[in-house]
Amino acid sequence: MNHDSYADDYIRAILNGVKTIAMVGASPLNVRPSYFVFKYLTERGYDVIPINPGQVGNSLLGKPFVASLKDIDRPIDMVDVFRGSAHVMPVVDEVLSLSPLPKVIWMQIGVRNDEAAAKAEAAGLKVVMDRCPKIEYGRLSSEISWMGVNSRTLSAKRAPIPVKGMRLSLDRQSVSGGNTAASDRAVKNRNEPG
Amino acid sequence: MTERNPGFATLAVHAGAQPDPTTGARATPIYQTTSFVFNDADHAASLFGLQAFGNIYTRITNPTTAVLEERVAALEGGTAALATASGHAAQLVALQQLMQPGDEFIAARKLYGGSINQFTHAFKSFGWNVVWADTDDLSSFQRAVSPKTKAIFIESIANPGGSITDIEAVAEVARNAGVPLIVDNTLATPYLIRPIEHGADIVVHSLTKFLGGHGNSLGGIIVDAGTFDWSKGGKYPMLSEPRPEYHGLKIQETFGNFSFAIACRVLGLRDLGPALSPFNAFMLLTGIETLPLRMQKHCENAKAIAEFLSTHKAVDEVNYSGLASSKYAALARKYAPKGAGAVFTFSLKGGYQAGVDLVANLKLFSHLANVGDTRSLIIHPASTTHSQLDDAQKTAAGAAPNMVRVSIGIEDKDDLIADLDQALGG
Repeated sequence: MNHDSYADDYIRAILNGVKTIAMVGASPLNVRPSYFVFKYLTERGYDVIPINPGQVGNSLLGKPFVASLKDIDRPIDMVDVFRGSAHVMPVVDEVLSLSPLPKVIWMQIGVRNDEAAAKAEAAGLKVVMDRCPKIEYGRLSSEISWMGVNSRTLSAKRAPIPVKGMRLSLDRQSVSGGNTAASDRAVKNRNEPG
Repeated sequence: MTERNPGFATLAVHAGAQPDPTTGARATPIYQTTSFVFNDADHAASLFGLQAFGNIYTRITNPTTAVLEERVAALEGGTAALATASGHAAQLVALQQLMQPGDEFIAARKLYGGSINQFTHAFKSFGWNVVWADTDDLSSFQRAVSPKTKAIFIESIANPGGSITDIEAVAEVARNAGVPLIVDNTLATPYLIRPIEHGADIVVHSLTKFLGGHGNSLGGIIVDAGTFDWSKGGKYPMLSEPRPEYHGLKIQETFGNFSFAIACRVLGLRDLGPALSPFNAFMLLTGIETLPLRMQKHCENAKAIAEFLSTHKAVDEVNYSGLASSKYAALARKYAPKGAGAVFTFSLKGGYQAGVDLVANLKLFSHLANVGDTRSLIIHPASTTHSQLDDAQKTAAGAAPNMVRVSIGIEDKDDLIADLDQALGG
């Protein structure tokens, strides 16, 4: 599938569908993006498991770090990857060795590995690359609108007051990817060889 | 399942706004407050560290202003936007993210006079050096590029003459030079021209003009197209390098395709301070809801009046890109098929005194230094804004002694034509 852009429905189905998320490369440092994405997703009701072999024995916001995906004691719906693009393939291989298989592999902003994506997709997994689940959740719920970001969604329903632990509705009217066609085009041009 | 893509008029009414969480208020409330309480120390730290969505202080974010920001970002097809106290403030904040002392930016010579002043005087004092180019000679942009160039700045429809810029051609120069193209889209508004579709990386506006549209509130905005890769070559350290005040956070790495708007907010607005008043944001938002309807009427009236003037015996020449005879007619058809805007100039056979007399004799046109109001406006630059220059300087600045500028409002066009006719001596 094309990974230069994603339809809102594709992202929405993933974020509405997954419950347990394993975060590869979770950092205990509270200034790192992985830390605050972990925190945000936890506060929005996901069961997020921090993976970092250097931190085993410590906890992240009450959740014990584990060394690797295979050390997790429960089925995982999604694996969120905070690793450089070149280090994604071994993560995908490890994911594909799990049983039951996770449903989604998500790579953060700046992380893109088309070969690893194709391998995961061939095994039936959904793949998202070069996106952040916190930003996408904030966008589809419109929580990100507080920062003047174009959520590309509309709703005439009363807005919720987001509080800790609350899942927000992601089912707003989409303006679709079309209105940031320019941004998508720029990514496509950057990823084309030469 | 296919996703439906709402049209421009739907976005003009809905984008960014939904009924208020607390009260259910349908119109966007005016959150006239300086500050917002924190839930606890952890919440405060998360907000200050840019780790959570939420409000701290109206200099940086405000819920009323945020609706305006998302609205304009949606209309322009951008990823995010940042409102400022004026159009001038938008230009200052945008360029501050790109420029270091000693750097250069290329700007079209045909610009709003206030921008020429800002670039020539204020920005020079920061060590930001403007290099002028001519939109009628596109090779002049290429010739102006140097290793110090950090941006190119043009107007989509240029003030005061209403000429149309070949945005795609200038965008290509910017792309080849590896710098962002900034387009001031004030006179066109996204209803007539959406510069991002033609290659702009950043769009700025004076919201004071047609977007607000009622001549009652100042405001400006910066729209991030989400198209520029700020990480390349370390040319834009504000975006690509770790920020010490945010514990080493890199803006581009963290915020992806809306990182320019975030830099403008958390580095520019935070430190320079020209935030928009929430009350003004409310007034501007209300104006934007009727933007499509108003722009249709503005353009219909402007075309009719330009045609009337072009056949009037007292008029020497009409500079309106919407006229078939205009040298910009082809560019207008390409970039602004719905209308060439409502600001243009015309010159009078009777010279300087004819300009003074026309302004004095008009009964409906207001004599003032603004454009983009519901009301029709006129100014005779030679006797007002440019009166300190000699005749040669006036002509070079596009303010010849016999030239007047109009901004056509949304009144009945027959009344405007009758007013001009009587003021021109029938």
